[in-house]
Amino acid sequence: MSNGTLQIKAISGHAGPVPGRDTSRDYDVCKLIDVTTCIGCKACEVACVEWNGYPFRETVFDNTYQTMPDLEWNYYNLIRFNEHIAEDGTFSWLMRKDQCMHCADPGCLRACPADGAIVQYSNGIVDFQQEHCIGCEYCVTGCPFNIPKFNKETKKVHKCTLCSDRVGAGLEPACIKACPTGCLHFGSKDDMKDLAAKRASQLREHTAYKNAGIYDPPGVGGTHVIYVLHDINNPEAYGGLPKDPRVPLLVRVWKRPLKWLGNLAMTAGVLGVVAHYIRYGPKEAVEKKETPK
Amino acid sequence: MSSEAMPLSPASVPAGEIQRYTFQERLCHWFSALTYVYCLLTGLAFYTPYLFWIAVLLGSGATSRFWHPIVGLGFLVSILWMHSLWRRDMTISGKDKQWLDQVNNYATNRDNLVPPQDRFNAGQKLFYWVMFWGTILLLISGLLMWFPEYISFRVAWIRSLAVLTHECAALITIGAFIIHVYMGLFLVPGSGRAMVRGHVPAAWARVHHRLWYDRVAGKPSST
Ligand code: HEM
Ligand code: SF4
Ligand code: SF4
Repeated sequence: MSNGTLQIKAISGHAGPVPGRDTSRDYDVCKLIDVTTCIGCKACEVACVEWNGYPFRETVFDNTYQTMPDLEWNYYNLIRFNEHIAEDGTFSWLMRKDQCMHCADPGCLRACPADGAIVQYSNGIVDFQQEHCIGCEYCVTGCPFNIPKFNKETKKVHKCTLCSDRVGAGLEPACIKACPTGCLHFGSKDDMKDLAAKRASQLREHTAYKNAGIYDPPGVGGTHVIYVLHDINNPEAYGGLPKDPRVPLLVRVWKRPLKWLGNLAMTAGVLGVVAHYIRYGPKEAVEKKETPK
Repeated sequence: MSSEAMPLSPASVPAGEIQRYTFQERLCHWFSALTYVYCLLTGLAFYTPYLFWIAVLLGSGATSRFWHPIVGLGFLVSILWMHSLWRRDMTISGKDKQWLDQVNNYATNRDNLVPPQDRFNAGQKLFYWVMFWGTILLLISGLLMWFPEYISFRVAWIRSLAVLTHECAALITIGAFIIHVYMGLFLVPGSGRAMVRGHVPAAWARVHHRLWYDRVAGKPSST
């Protein structure tokens, strides 16, 4: 892929049209995570930190195999570890690579008030541009996956870039390159959906995972990171993957109807008092007649 | 300062005028206005992309984001201060109901049909209480918006509810504020000056706040 994939098609907090709006390449990029073959080795975590040039941070041991409780501003990628007991009593470890899902309808971008702080490229990558970020954390409120993380010192928010810098140069994301089991794949969305469908049907036909399926939630227009799960009916078991994620209703109300209502009301208010002045004029302090008291 | 003591401030009040606002009241009012307007301008910048340039003008988006909640706390202080000064004058009474029945006549400048009012008329009192309760709402929701990362994701709806509340409360105070500024600067000549200099002509007081005038200056001892 060439630099052409980094044409911008949506911009946060932007007044007026966006140059690349409605453009859609014949292939959107996509990362496929087959959790059924993830062994939790965390090579992807290390590759992510390395590529993005952050020092490795302290880990927090909580009697599980998880590196730390949550993503951090300089830790975009975390293997979530969960112990799971299925209905038939069998026990399993669920490992899920957690990071930004690069939603087709990104709540973070919808919520962001700063012009250009969040952009969506025509290949589907949602990218934060820290130099335009004002640190309001509206994106934290808008994201249905709880992804963006705030750096208290710089007051900027960070998250997985899907290695937009590598992808723009025709490379695959660092995590993909590092994965030793081949549980991570990267390519066009169509190709990844095909591959995921093949894998899911393989699981359904040849293993005990009769509910294996693809996680590509339609509530946010689909995502540019998709999962193959052992049990598509229970995404919550994988460290809180929401079943039907959507941009929060209140965020949608706040960003669309309430904006227009408010703008209209404020304009009407200002015009109203001007009209009132023209019609009725000032209340002069003239005493009509002496009202004795 | 109690209102009884107010008109007796001869040093700064010229003949024919009576004192309407003490120095402390004026200071409080303008501190409140300044902090409110700052929050209003920066808030509007975050509110709509079409006004984001205001934040840029006031330093930068990040600067505005940094100061908005802090100046907001200053605004809260001003409102609490104002509350301590005006709480009694702002208490709604039976007379205010009569005034509100005549609000159409007041709005169309048929003031002779409107019952006489005390230091503040019912409209001013309502404005005060809208701002007071609006500020409480802005404070609670604003604090939640300040540090959303401390609100557990399990109750993430609190984050978006806070933004929505903040915005609705802001819009309500903005509506009241537009009318307030219009009346203070344009509709009622002399009231803006009163808030700057502190005194008003006796005739002004008789026309707009008859009961107050009678109470504080109607006695023969004053002007
Ligand atoms: C009482 C103290 C206040 C606090 C603690 C507070 C806090 C906040 C915070 C944290 C934000 C998010 C953006 C930012 O962080 O700068 C915000 C946004 C906003 N504030 Fe305040 N604020 C206060 C008072 C006010 C006042 C007096 C107004 C005046 C109208 C106001 C109007 C707004 C508006 C319009 C927004 C943008 C909402 C949107 O994005 O749609 N706030 N406030
Ligand atoms: S997962 Fe969250 S941060 Fe990532 S694109 Fe979707 S809304 Fe934005
Ligand atoms: S904190 Fe998030 S919502 Fe706010 S300006 Fe930065 S990227 Fe946009």
